[in-house]
Amino acid sequence: MSKKHKTPLLDELKKGKWPSFVNEIERAAEKSEMTDDLLGQVEQSYEEKVVHWKHGGMVGVKGYGSGIVGRFSDLPEKYPGIKEFHTVRINQPSGFFYTSDVLRSIVDIGEKHASSLFNFHGSTGDVQLLGAKTAELETIFQEYTKLGFDLGGSGSALRTPSCCVGKARCEFANYDAMHACNSITQAFQDEMHRPIFNYKFKFKFSACGNDCTASIARADLSVIGTWKDSIRIDQEAVKDYAKKFDLHKYVTDKCPTKCMSYNAEEGLKIDDSNCSKCMHCINTMPKALRPGTKGGATILIGSKAPMVSGPRLSMVLVPFYDIEEDAKNDYEWFKDLISKIWEFWDEYGVNRERIGELIQRVGIGNFIESIGLEPLPEMVASPRGNPFVLYEEYVEAGGEQG
Amino acid sequence: MAEVSGVKRITDIGPHDYNDFLHPVIKKNYGKWKYHEILSPSHMVHVSEDGDKIYTVRVGSPRLVSSSFIKDLCDLADKYSGGYLRFTTRNNVEFLLDKEENIKPLLDDVGKLNLPAGGIGNVVANIVHTQGWVHCHTAASDASGVVKSLMDELYEYYVNAQLPTKVRIAFACCLNMCGAVHCSDIAVLGIHRRPPRLIPDRIVNLCEIPSTIASCPTNVIRPDTYNGKPSVKLIEEGCVFCGNCFTVCPGMPIADPLNDGVSIWVGGKVSNARSKPAFSKLAVPFLENDPPRWPKVVEAVKTILDAYKKGAHNGERVGEWIERIGWPKFFKVTGFEFTKYHIDDFRLGEATLNYSAQIRQ
Ligand code: HEM
Ligand code: HEM
Ligand code: HEM
Ligand code: SF4
Ligand code: SF4
Ligand code: SF4
Ligand code: SF4
Repeated sequence: MSKKHKTPLLDELKKGKWPSFVNEIERAAEKSEMTDDLLGQVEQSYEEKVVHWKHGGMVGVKGYGSGIVGRFSDLPEKYPGIKEFHTVRINQPSGFFYTSDVLRSIVDIGEKHASSLFNFHGSTGDVQLLGAKTAELETIFQEYTKLGFDLGGSGSALRTPSCCVGKARCEFANYDAMHACNSITQAFQDEMHRPIFNYKFKFKFSACGNDCTASIARADLSVIGTWKDSIRIDQEAVKDYAKKFDLHKYVTDKCPTKCMSYNAEEGLKIDDSNCSKCMHCINTMPKALRPGTKGGATILIGSKAPMVSGPRLSMVLVPFYDIEEDAKNDYEWFKDLISKIWEFWDEYGVNRERIGELIQRVGIGNFIESIGLEPLPEMVASPRGNPFVLYEEYVEAGGEQG
Repeated sequence: MAEVSGVKRITDIGPHDYNDFLHPVIKKNYGKWKYHEILSPSHMVHVSEDGDKIYTVRVGSPRLVSSSFIKDLCDLADKYSGGYLRFTTRNNVEFLLDKEENIKPLLDDVGKLNLPAGGIGNVVANIVHTQGWVHCHTAASDASGVVKSLMDELYEYYVNAQLPTKVRIAFACCLNMCGAVHCSDIAVLGIHRRPPRLIPDRIVNLCEIPSTIASCPTNVIRPDTYNGKPSVKLIEEGCVFCGNCFTVCPGMPIADPLNDGVSIWVGGKVSNARSKPAFSKLAVPFLENDPPRWPKVVEAVKTILDAYKKGAHNGERVGEWIERIGWPKFFKVTGFEFTKYHIDDFRLGEATLNYSAQIRQ
């Protein structure tokens, strides 16, 4: 197969030990001729140090407002193969688990009808097929649904939720993140496929404070596993670790709440009432320590990247949510909470305002009051230091309220 | 369900049930894992309460992959892991094996495909990144090319565990930060530095003026008229080069080859272990785009990693190390210049000032 375009700059990126995306684009071009023009255009971007994708034209499949991200070359005459080169977002299975059979079928559809080029996976979680022509979208959609895969979210809609591997292969998991993620995604198909929100909304489920999905930094609603009871200790295994490294230096001294102590006679002691479930000791001695058995989750709200008013981390909304119990009722309590949050956002939010920004604008106190939650000290790092308090009522002589 | 050319359309079926793709050992021990042990940077074992074991072999991928790449992986999975595999949130591939004796031949075959095995433990984890010039319209830099250049240089840190603890690097090609890079040990972030150019004909014909005005975080896009039609004007001094306006309005392109480039941020984390999750902080305000291999970016990242490796205690994340030695020392040991740009003057930025006399003198 002869290459249409000369790519001396990109060829530099075929050197070196790390697998090369340039080789991957070339291999995709062997299967799909259109992808050859991508090499030409990216080479031109490398020469000119500027991007050559256009901001232009909404595309999608019938009945869906999201799932496809339109992409058009701004040099369509020169690179006709990528005149239209849209992204198809395919909702991943929870935990990114696959069998070889189903993976082959997924990529076969991309070979037959598009560019043969994929992201495994996009940062939101979807499998992304990069490079589909508008005319092929309906066929691609139908092939994927026949295979049992649906489109993910894009635009001002619920974005594809994602989760950590959780109970499938992690002993730190405090709740079944894969089950929760799958169930919640199934429950909100309409919100995902038909954008009606002010802006995007993301869920991420991590089953412990290590937060492998980075939910605290990039989900409007972060659900992070925690536990209520005591850390399970295998004292014999603790002793084994004490032989391998300085337990004080690497474990107890680093406990952020200083709630642990260790000596050879008494073994490891933990004041669990003072443990903030940070995971440090468990990470360091996974054979000796396990989270407690009364698992649940902390729900946090509002993190986002810088657009529009600066980056935010998620803040505590519900300190302990008994998610395993709620799972028995098909997450009814959680779905109700989400509906209340979305109603508030719908009523008070403005276009392109993420929930975290709205809460910042109206005040967390007003927000939690509106969705029916109580203010709790767990929500703040400390009470306010600023005395500009908006007291909402005062009394007048005679007992009347103002 | 709608009919299209006689075919009944299937819609809103949601994600495929993951239970169909779980290895039998994982299915049997779901929620019953007891502990794991890292056996090398490329493989680990999880042991269940019943004593069952599942071995994981981790392999790096460039994320942007061809169908042929995926089929190579499938062939390996068929040969060694009963066809079962998964991906991680950081774009690694994991083969799930119940037979320990398959690990070695699998690793050999992975080597034959020139793929790196590693990424577990005290390593530089696979870099999460965005689309860049390959597939996005707001990119200030390429993503895949910078990441490839970095990982070529940091290869040994991926395949061998030789750092105080795990280092997570992320790349995003514009301030949208699709990958949420703002909480990484080291974040490389594409930035524009010149205000958008106004193309009035496009603005009046293609853009919705109120949303364009609302898109600006610093309120420097103001209403105006052009040929009697509603348009916008720009107060250039207040622009923070976020590109948000271009996303909303194609008449305000911001990409500019002479002024686009990347910035480098350090010390963020998302895990709750020990210290709280934290944003990454500015280390290097600007490095020019230097394709195809961005040598200055690679050098700056290496400088940070070398200083960290030399200075950090075992188990300390980059941010914890810097907190311990203090920011002045960080700038000293890396040799990066501290400039006016390092002092946050944006909304709420005052929170980052030092309100104490606690200074390591
Ligand atoms: C010429 C036509 C346009 C094209 C081709 C286009 C294309 C796109 C694309 C591909 C995205 C990314 C979607 C995603 O993140 O999944 C996007 C995002 C967005 N566009 Fe446009 N756009 C166009 C015009 C407009 C106009 C006129 C507006 C507003 C008046 C607008 C507002 C937005 C907004 C608010 C987003 C962010 C949505 C999000 O990320 O959640 N776009 N656009
Ligand atoms: C104004 C705001 C934003 C706009 C206009 C925007 C636009 C886009 C566009 C055009 C793409 C498609 C790239 C492609 O596949 O060709 C994209 C992808 C994506 N965006 Fe955004 N984005 C915005 C904000 C964000 C934010 C704040 C986040 C996350 C916190 C985010 C997360 C993602 C993710 C995860 C992808 C998938 C691409 C990948 O995995 O590299 N976006 N966005
Ligand atoms: C609306 C805001 C505030 C006003 C109008 C205000 C006013 C005053 C005044 C008039 C004094 C007496 C000064 C003197 O007689 O020498 C004072 C003292 C003081 N204020 Fe405030 N203050 C305000 C906010 C705060 C806040 C937020 C704090 C602390 C968090 C604070 C802490 C103090 C302290 C510690 C003193 C005593 C200083 C001393 O005598 O050692 N003030 N304030
Ligand atoms: S977030 Fe916690 S439970 Fe989930 S995979 Fe990571 S370490 Fe395991
Ligand atoms: S989990 Fe964290 S806070 Fe709790 S005992 Fe361990 S180190 Fe201390
Ligand atoms: S970070 Fe910016 S340029 Fe890169 S893919 Fe996301 S929106 Fe596009
Ligand atoms: S680039 Fe950002 S700050 Fe500058 S004018 Fe546009 S929206 Fe405003």
